[in-house]
Formats: sequence, structure tokens, C-alpha cells
Amino acid sequence: MRKTFVNALIDLATNDERIVLLTGDLGFMVMEPFIERFPNRFVNVGVAEQNMVGVATGMAESGMIPYVYSITPFAVLRPYEFIRNGPIYHQLKVRIIGVGAGLEYGHDGISHFGIDDIGVLRVQPGISIFAPADYQQADSIFRKTWDMRGPIYYRLSKDEKSVVPNLSAAFEIGEAQFIENGNDILIVTLGTIALEAAKAIELLKISGVHASLLMISSINPPPLASLSQILPKFKKIITAESHYINGGIGSMIAEFIAEKSLHCTLIRCGIDHIPNGQIGHTEYLLQTFGIDEKSIAAKALSVLQGKNI
Amino acid sequence: MEQRRDISAQQARKMIIEFSRRANIGHIGSALSVVDILTAIYSNVINIDNLTSNERDRFVLSNGHTSLALYIVLNLAGILPDSELQTFFEDGSYLGVHPDANITGVDFTSGSLGQGLSFGAGAALAAKLQSSGRRVFVVMSDAECNEGSVWEAVMFAAHRRLSNLIAIVDLNGQQAMGYTKDVLNLQPIAEKWKAFHWDTHSINGNDISKISNTLNSLNTTSAQPHVIIANTTFGKGVSFMENKLKWHYMPLSAEEYVQALSEIEQQ
Repeated sequence: MRKTFVNALIDLATNDERIVLLTGDLGFMVMEPFIERFPNRFVNVGVAEQNMVGVATGMAESGMIPYVYSITPFAVLRPYEFIRNGPIYHQLKVRIIGVGAGLEYGHDGISHFGIDDIGVLRVQPGISIFAPADYQQADSIFRKTWDMRGPIYYRLSKDEKSVVPNLSAAFEIGEAQFIENGNDILIVTLGTIALEAAKAIELLKISGVHASLLMISSINPPPLASLSQILPKFKKIITAESHYINGGIGSMIAEFIAEKSLHCTLIRCGIDHIPNGQIGHTEYLLQTFGIDEKSIAAKALSVLQGKNI
Repeated sequence: MEQRRDISAQQARKMIIEFSRRANIGHIGSALSVVDILTAIYSNVINIDNLTSNERDRFVLSNGHTSLALYIVLNLAGILPDSELQTFFEDGSYLGVHPDANITGVDFTSGSLGQGLSFGAGAALAAKLQSSGRRVFVVMSDAECNEGSVWEAVMFAAHRRLSNLIAIVDLNGQQAMGYTKDVLNLQPIAEKWKAFHWDTHSINGNDISKISNTLNSLNTTSAQPHVIIANTTFGKGVSFMENKLKWHYMPLSAEEYVQALSEIEQQ
């Protein structure tokens, strides 16, 4: 989605002089088209993410729309208090781009895992949060949200190719996308784990299980109307996210079920302990934490068989 | 063009004592230390004739705990209405220990040390990109320079040659739990900023005309950002407060209040 982002940003920046791009010294071989087109609207602030968000705050107060870019933990966790006191509190149009969400920097270790970003930002009421399920939807999100009031966090994947079947780039602010396949069980996903869930649903069909998919790409504003419409139809719900199980969409769905007194079973799939230091391909890590297609399908089957309850 | 305003630092000091006594709050020593810097800026330097114009100069009080001095100077400058100032420390007021951007004349909310210089650097960079001659003033405390993020902003502003950015460090030598030389030594602070390629001026930070003249002499259209190392006296103007750690936190007793007011009135 990095190239999708840069291409969308070039289009947006062509039509709006307020847009500038700041990076914390990351984006080599990604940002060059923007830099070539708008050399004076690109700022590499160096490896200094706190200052990057602070500078973006000052620029936004002056009427600009700065996009700040880094790997997820460096975009969110390192400058977190700057995000809180700056663009969130002042309600300024700073756009935070976190790349490599979840376990995508699998060989880089815990320092580079973006597995707590949604949790720490979701508690803040004044920031929009979007996590595209695939690059096509990412493009829709960038073009539908860029001029929204207040700050935005975009949780981006490095995947530039995969497509969630039948999603067709659909996106609306504050809505979730539903792909109906049956009422046996609902799988709710965050971001690109929708790709794994879609494949899990195909695996489940072989076992005669018909599962539906609800993709949450608009975390804030939360898709409350979608949840009200879809969740009561199901007695068994699984959430799957490349994120700690606390704070992400598992928590969002648990809150919703409790507050609406829905009568259903919820199983939250995600990262449930500190990664023990093992590195590896993203696929390997998704398997390790039970959020790959096979694990999600197996979990669904065991839930339907009355286990894990 | 900057509007000249007639602000009396003596009157500001008197009001700092009165308002802090009324609210029964501390941070008095810091407010008395910074008030001459603020008086100079708002009397003689800053261009904020139109508060809603993007062309106005920007101001960041990065050492937000000195806010009472800012509120009073803004009031004496005719910017912050009496009715708003009178809400100081009342329930539901925006005028608390740290300034809030909802207050008339305040551009940035502050309170967490080490963030204001980055905000200011961004505002200065935006002005350059927007081909505006507006300037950005950031008042900071000396102990605030303990924060690593300050030095990120210091490097950045020099690298981007943000000549329209002016930092003023209130070097009063004190912080919450001790003297800066004992807690985390900052010296040689002027040499540090100079080494980071800032245009560095070390002056008496309680001399209003010196501060005004220095700020107005800066070349803000090209080359380096500027820093004024403002050598101030903590608690300036009240003998029993000067350079005493107690007055970072403590409020005034009834007797101290009377004595403080009396001393200021005699100056």
C-alpha cells in the first residue's frame, strides 16, 4: 500500500497546495515519485519522530495538511504524546502513515512490530483511524478522507498486490464491509487479516460451514450502524487481527456485544502474549499467533463444535 | 507592522502576585522570571494586530507553567479581555496552570515540556513554504532543555535554516526539585545552541529594552534560527522569592502576599 499511498498523495497534492509529506528517514524507493514532483513539499526530518509530529502540528496550525510517514511503532508509539497534545488536542489536519502494520516486519523483531497501535490510538476520541484491507481499498480511503477535520491515522500494509475477493475497493467512513456467505459464524477482521479470513471461509466451505466476513477498516469513527445490523444475526463471532488481542477490534466487538446485550459467543484471535523474540516471515508469524487462514478456519470449526467456550 | 503596546512589567508583577494569591497557587517564581521577556515581546516585537489572520506572528509558551504571566501580559496588551482573565482558575475556565489554544491570543496549548519548539519549527517552516514573512517566537524554560525532543527540534530548525524562528530560553537556573546545575547541568548552554548552528545571543532576560532591541535586530528572512539565552532571576522583584527553590511550587501566605505586593509597588 506504500506505492498506492504515494500515487494517491501525488494526485491529491496536485490539486491542493496545502499537502506536504514528512518522513522520519524512511520510504527509500517509495517516495521518489512524490519527491521528484514536489521537491519543496517533501521534508525528511531525520530519525526524529517526536519532532516530526511536532513540526506537522505547527504546519497544520498554519493551514497546511502534513502527512508524516514511518514504520508503525515509530509513527505512533515514539511520538504518542506529541500526537495527543498536538494534532489530536488542537484538532489539526495531520495525517499519520504507519507502514508494516502487524507482523509485516517479521524479521525485524518486536521493535518493528505494529501490534499495539490501534489500542493506544483508539482510546483517543479525536483521531480518525483507518486500516485498509487491501491496496484497492487503501486507495479509496485516501481519496475519501484526506480533507477530514482533525488528525487521521492510516495503518498500512506493505502488500501491493493481494485483493480481498468481492471487496472491490468499497469503503465508507464509519462503516464496515460485509461479505455474506452464510450464518454459521461471523469472522470480523482488522485490515489485511481480511485476506486470511477470506481464504479461511473457503476452507470452511469444504467442511460444510458457511461463514460470513465483516471487515473493519474504519476503526474510528467506529462502524456502529454496521455492527448493529450484522452482529445480531450471529450466535458465534470470531475476531481476527494482527494486533494484541486487547485494544483492537476484538475489544471493540466485545464492548459492542456487552453494551448492546447481544447473546453470542465471541472468540478473539490475535497476539495474546509478548512475542518471544522469534523472527520470521509474516506467514510464519501469523501461523504462530493463530491468525493465518488455517488457524482461523480451525478456530471457527472448534467454536462451532462447542469448544473454546 | 508591529503595534506598540504600553505594558507595565511592574503592573504585570503586581497582578501575578494578586492572581496567584487569589487562586492559592504556585509557579510564582517562574512567572516573575519570564514576565519581562513576555512584556518585551508583546510591547515591542510581535505582530498580532489581526488575531485571525494567518499572517500574524505566532507565539508558543513552551514552558506552559508560567502561563499566569502570559495571561496577564496578554490582558495588559489589550488582547485578552478582562472578563476572560477574571475566570482564571475557576471551574470551567480555560485559564489554568498551562495555556490552552481556546484562550484569546493563545496559538498553542502547552504544558508538556519539550514540545513547543517543534510546534514553532513547524509554524516557521510553513511560513517559509507559504512565502510569508511572519515570525515564530517560542519561549522555553532552561530545564526544558533536559528533554531530548528539544534537541531534535534544534537540529531540525538549523538544518532547514528557519531564520524566522526565535527561541527565548528563560535561564533562571531552577527546576522543580533543585538548581539546574545540580539536577542535570545545562552548561555551557549558549555554546551548545551555537554548536547546533543557531544565531545565539546571551543577554539580561529581565531587561525589557535589551530584550526588545535584540529581538528587533534579528535577521528573520535568511540564514540561521535565533536563540536568546535570557539570563533571568527566578522570582525577580520579590526579595524573599529570588532564587529560592520553594517558589517553584508554593503559594503565598497572607503575610507573604502583603510583603510581595509592597516590594513590587516600591520598585
